[in-house]
Amino acid sequence: MENSASSEAFVRFDGVQKSYDGKVLVVKDLNIDVPRGEFLTMLGPSGSGKTTSLMMLAGFETATHGDIYLDGRSINNVAPHKRGIGMVFQNYALFPHMTVAENLAFPLKVRNMGKSETEERVNKALDMVELGSFGDRRPAQLSGGQQQRVAVARALVFEPDLILMDEPLGALDKNLREQMQYEIKHIHERLGVTVVYVTHDQSEALTMSNRIAVFNDGIIQQLAPPTELYEKPTNSFVAQFIGENNKLSGILQSTQDGICTVRLPSGELVTALDINTDDIGKESTLSLRPERVFLDPVEGQCDNVFTGKVEEVIYLGDHKRVRMNVCGHDEFIVKVPNSTDHKGLQVGGTAPIGWSSKDCRALDTI
Amino acid sequence: MMANTVEAEGQLTPDEQKRLTSDMHRSLRRKKFRALFLVAPLLIFIMVTFVSPIATMLFRSIDNPQVSEYMPNTTAALADWDGDNNELPDEATYAALVEDLVVGRKNHTIGKAATRLNYEKSQMRSLLTGTARKAGRLKPPYKDQLIKINKGWGDIDNWRVIKRESKPYTASYYIAAFDMETTPEGEIKMLPENQRVYLKMLWRTVWMSVVITLLTLLLGYPVSYLLASLPMRVANTLMILVLLPFWTSLLVRTSSWIALLQGQGVINDILVWFGLVNDESRLSMIYNATGTVIAMTHILLPFMILPLYSVMKTIPPSYMRAARSLGATPFTAFVKVYLPQSVPGISAGAILVFILAIGYYITPALVGGQTGQFIGNMIAYHMQSSLNWGLAAALGVVLLALVLGIYALYSRLFGGNNQMTLR
Repeated sequence: MENSASSEAFVRFDGVQKSYDGKVLVVKDLNIDVPRGEFLTMLGPSGSGKTTSLMMLAGFETATHGDIYLDGRSINNVAPHKRGIGMVFQNYALFPHMTVAENLAFPLKVRNMGKSETEERVNKALDMVELGSFGDRRPAQLSGGQQQRVAVARALVFEPDLILMDEPLGALDKNLREQMQYEIKHIHERLGVTVVYVTHDQSEALTMSNRIAVFNDGIIQQLAPPTELYEKPTNSFVAQFIGENNKLSGILQSTQDGICTVRLPSGELVTALDINTDDIGKESTLSLRPERVFLDPVEGQCDNVFTGKVEEVIYLGDHKRVRMNVCGHDEFIVKVPNSTDHKGLQVGGTAPIGWSSKDCRALDTI
Repeated sequence: MMANTVEAEGQLTPDEQKRLTSDMHRSLRRKKFRALFLVAPLLIFIMVTFVSPIATMLFRSIDNPQVSEYMPNTTAALADWDGDNNELPDEATYAALVEDLVVGRKNHTIGKAATRLNYEKSQMRSLLTGTARKAGRLKPPYKDQLIKINKGWGDIDNWRVIKRESKPYTASYYIAAFDMETTPEGEIKMLPENQRVYLKMLWRTVWMSVVITLLTLLLGYPVSYLLASLPMRVANTLMILVLLPFWTSLLVRTSSWIALLQGQGVINDILVWFGLVNDESRLSMIYNATGTVIAMTHILLPFMILPLYSVMKTIPPSYMRAARSLGATPFTAFVKVYLPQSVPGISAGAILVFILAIGYYITPALVGGQTGQFIGNMIAYHMQSSLNWGLAAALGVVLLALVLGIYALYSRLFGGNNQMTLR
């Protein structure tokens, strides 16, 4: 897959490394191909190297090693202002001494665009983000969400083929953030520009992206579309970082045809998909989504059936979150849909639980 | 109760409104008293040490008690005389003068009145003191005898000066401060070109302060920019170097400039040694305007760097990055984005340095020579040497008015700007 993409890659990181102090590599070995028109998100905890990678693409940091290509051309030695990349910053970086319209006109003015065309484009961009009547305001007179839209409009107004966004929604409250996620997604779909987006918020990444690159410790842990990332994580970090996850550690006993058995410290045997395990006899971490665990499983529905002791029940309206002690592991979470069944879930009581081996993935240890 | 008033759809009846207002005032009054109590010591200190001396100075520049106080009889006698038809005062006035001179000589006060009159017209001092020595022996009628003793008493212009300065308040110090004089006929006109001193000096003080301000800006801006963009730890270390001059005595710093800049000083020696300058034609960099500008630029530099630094520190680096990403060259990004945002720092630093410079005194006195003196040195001269405090006060008021005027202009130009850039 990576080979086929490389021929048409619009943005390409090739063996890129970055170190600030000459001792520690912040970005260890970055290889990504981003096809034209894709919405790629770099997701990871802080210090994982995602923002550094974005800054190298924008030209504000230089790669210590390796090459970055834009449209087939190496841009390692191209100054930021010659790269023609639009960028939206975390704090929006709207120029406070200019009006909204002047902010939007800035990239056009430095390109010596005519006055009438500048005005036309500025108005078009303002209309696009539904701020048509706000051109004369100063950024400080706008709300956070409005400032955010102006920042997006400013990055788009000179019609770059590539937009970079560095945690652009970080400063907004939850409702506004969700609304802006859809707006940015729709703008991307409408204009067909390539977007590289950096965030540490996994739900934001899942909502907006075509593909997500999960960063940790300067390395891409997994690069996949949102569904694949959630349904089929290839290592424990990704399983843990994306969504909620039950993890059970045990020793790998046997593996055959992609199905393996793992013995938990409490003695039980669990069968699971063998995704990313070490040799037999070594430790492995099992990953299991809480919504794939069944309470009172029907006979034959699950090939792993155990008894759980209810530790805590949290009522969340549409479902209940039940924390159980399963196989000596008392952080085991089960999501129970809010139906008339299971009324008798009492703290301290026990219930049979089970899951399919197809939903349980045997991964590396962290 | 609270709940009731709030509950009424957010609308208060007039009675409730009134009660709320008085409640508000009562609760705020305590706060106000507290605040007043906290600032009271400083307020008293400033009133005593700052406001009252300035008020006294303002008053002294128009205060004119000497003639009316020490020559009361003459003052009274001259009240009806106006000298319009070129007539000398009558005998009664001459008699009053003799009485004043005799009393004044006995009390040793006539000299003060004489000095005061001498500011207005030279030879008035010797006219009064000389006559006072002989006045005790005179018998009426006095007029002709006095004119015989000194024919100055037959000069109507002298009487006009006495009459003019017998008023309790005078504008004559201000007239002198603006290089003007009052003619015997009472007209106010400029002094001849070669006698003008204070306006030239005031103008020189202003333009040299402007030069010093521009130099500190030119030298301080790049340094502040560097300090603001460096990591905190390095910036703090370098900041010590900027602040170092603050911890050194002003006199030490000024004296070291003398050691560096004088004819046989370090810089001239080096230039001569390298053969850049002839031994005979060593550069004169001190005891003139150049010396004042160099030394004061150095001394006032921290006052430019500190406000610049504190403003630049608040400009996030992402603005420059944003400008670059939008296609601006580093130069355009600086001019269009960074520079406008650093304007509050520039204006604050410039006004601080300029106002400090315009009133400077010690450094020009030490390294200014003839051509590098400021108006402050002139004020000091009149305070300490010529003892013409009235003129010193008038010059001080002119300087104060100039500074206040410039400050008003500054706040008109930049006052709004400061608020605008606040994010």
